[in-house]
Amino acid sequence: MASAFRQTARKSAVRLIGAPEPGDGPERADGPDGQGGVRGMSIDLQQVTKRFGNGPAVLDGLNLSIRAGEFIAVVGRSGCGKSTLLRLIAGLEAPSDGAILRDGRPAAGIDPSARVMFQDSRLLPWQTVEQNVMLGAQGLGRKEAREKARKALRLVGLEARARDWPSVLSGGQKQRVALARALIGNPRLLLLDEPLGALDALTRIEMQRLIERLWQQQGFTALLVTHDVAEAVALADRVILIERGKVALDLPIALARPRVKDTGFAHFEKRILDRVLEPDDRAGAQKEMVYLI
Amino acid sequence: MRETSAAFRRFEAVLPWILPVLVVAVWQLLGSLGVLSNRIMPTPVQVAEAAVRLTQSGELPHSLAVSTWRALVGFLIGGSIGFLFGLVNGVARLAEKLTDSSIQMIRNVPHLAMIPLVIVWFGIGDEGKIFLVALGVLFPIYLNTLHGIRSVDPGLIEMGRVYGLGRGALYRKVILPGAMPSILVGLRYALGIMWLTLIVAETISSKDGIGYMAMNAREFFQLDVVVLCILLYALLGKVSDLMAKGLERSWLKWHPHFGKPRANPPSA
Repeated sequence: MASAFRQTARKSAVRLIGAPEPGDGPERADGPDGQGGVRGMSIDLQQVTKRFGNGPAVLDGLNLSIRAGEFIAVVGRSGCGKSTLLRLIAGLEAPSDGAILRDGRPAAGIDPSARVMFQDSRLLPWQTVEQNVMLGAQGLGRKEAREKARKALRLVGLEARARDWPSVLSGGQKQRVALARALIGNPRLLLLDEPLGALDALTRIEMQRLIERLWQQQGFTALLVTHDVAEAVALADRVILIERGKVALDLPIALARPRVKDTGFAHFEKRILDRVLEPDDRAGAQKEMVYLI
Repeated sequence: MRETSAAFRRFEAVLPWILPVLVVAVWQLLGSLGVLSNRIMPTPVQVAEAAVRLTQSGELPHSLAVSTWRALVGFLIGGSIGFLFGLVNGVARLAEKLTDSSIQMIRNVPHLAMIPLVIVWFGIGDEGKIFLVALGVLFPIYLNTLHGIRSVDPGLIEMGRVYGLGRGALYRKVILPGAMPSILVGLRYALGIMWLTLIVAETISSKDGIGYMAMNAREFFQLDVVVLCILLYALLGKVSDLMAKGLERSWLKWHPHFGKPRANPPSA
């Protein structure tokens, strides 16, 4: 049964990827300004420090600036604070010190034009797929929200499942519904917290292509937290490596899209991996290794 | 999932009835043969005759109506109070600190032990029974509502916040539906307590109702009426359980366990 679902998921994703390329078609979403101008949100983190209780600082004087419409990937060992960074930008946590600016203004709480995709899809099991997507369109009339939900579901290739309960969907399908829910409100910032971590390899590749395509179409700023360096290189304009609470590497990926796994790709992947594994501080690295084990 | 033939499905539908029918048949047989003395145990036919006689005289419908009314009113009052406390204490820490330990203390008093006090307070009218039913029903509903709200996935609540749900919408769309499976378990449990409380209360002190009918019949040694009353309790319990199951099926459609018509939950 599960494999049958997966198969339909695969088929519809393949159809999506084979669909006419971005920029044409009625599917193209208009920005809030309707002009297709700058849609993304710019982010500035200045000397951001975050500690929980009296513990050690998870992020320690971190500086990072993200241009509007940029695709950033954040990598690092587990427990390095990359998810904390995402939660700070989302407004789910407040920094202990330092400032976070969204579009040059100090961030306060959760921004309605920012959306988060979590590692687990976090769909409401008691609402249908369509109702779950409509959740992302707060403040709209019912009819309009439903129309937009249909459109968003078509975008991720799940229009036929609109009336199903989430419990009958496969993992990849659930994440595509979550993506539709995130995109229905035309966000200016999409925060992705290892959204593909729990998916199988094939579904992952399809989801990566889908995310890239929608990012190109809609022009939002994207921040992807991932432990998979290849995924980071495949998607991001810039890869950020976080180590001991600071940005340890900030590497622009100068590769044309859509990216193929050629020597250029391998070069970037190796550079990042080497830096991650580099024993720059032997004691510190060994401590990390113990944690990893 | 195995494909089942129509014949097998019909057989499955009959299956639960085989045992009760067999018991009644053996019971009737033993009574007719004189193995079971009618002074100890009336036969099913005699019980049925009593049911017809009491229905014609109007005594049975009246008792049923009185008991059902008491049960429902008590259930509504106690259920609402328990639900409200569960709801408030589930989300407000201060309210929980204030009331939870008191509620737990009262909960541990067997509410039927209060019957002597209740007779003094309310006499043998409706109020006393309604009070006892409400008291008995309150706690399972309270506990299960509280537990249900506590066990709602915090990830979903966080998601709701990120997606801009206000307090009201968060309750309506995330917290209550998430707590619903647990609340319905409490409801089902409370329905059992409701009948139990009412029967005991009516048997000990009453001037009408099914419990009174049974007690009265015992004094005149009308065992057929006594057995009829006992069977009525079984029937009423079954009916309320079916109602609770119906609620589960319509409110928890999304739940893989209840959604599929073939996957019947085991009866409590």
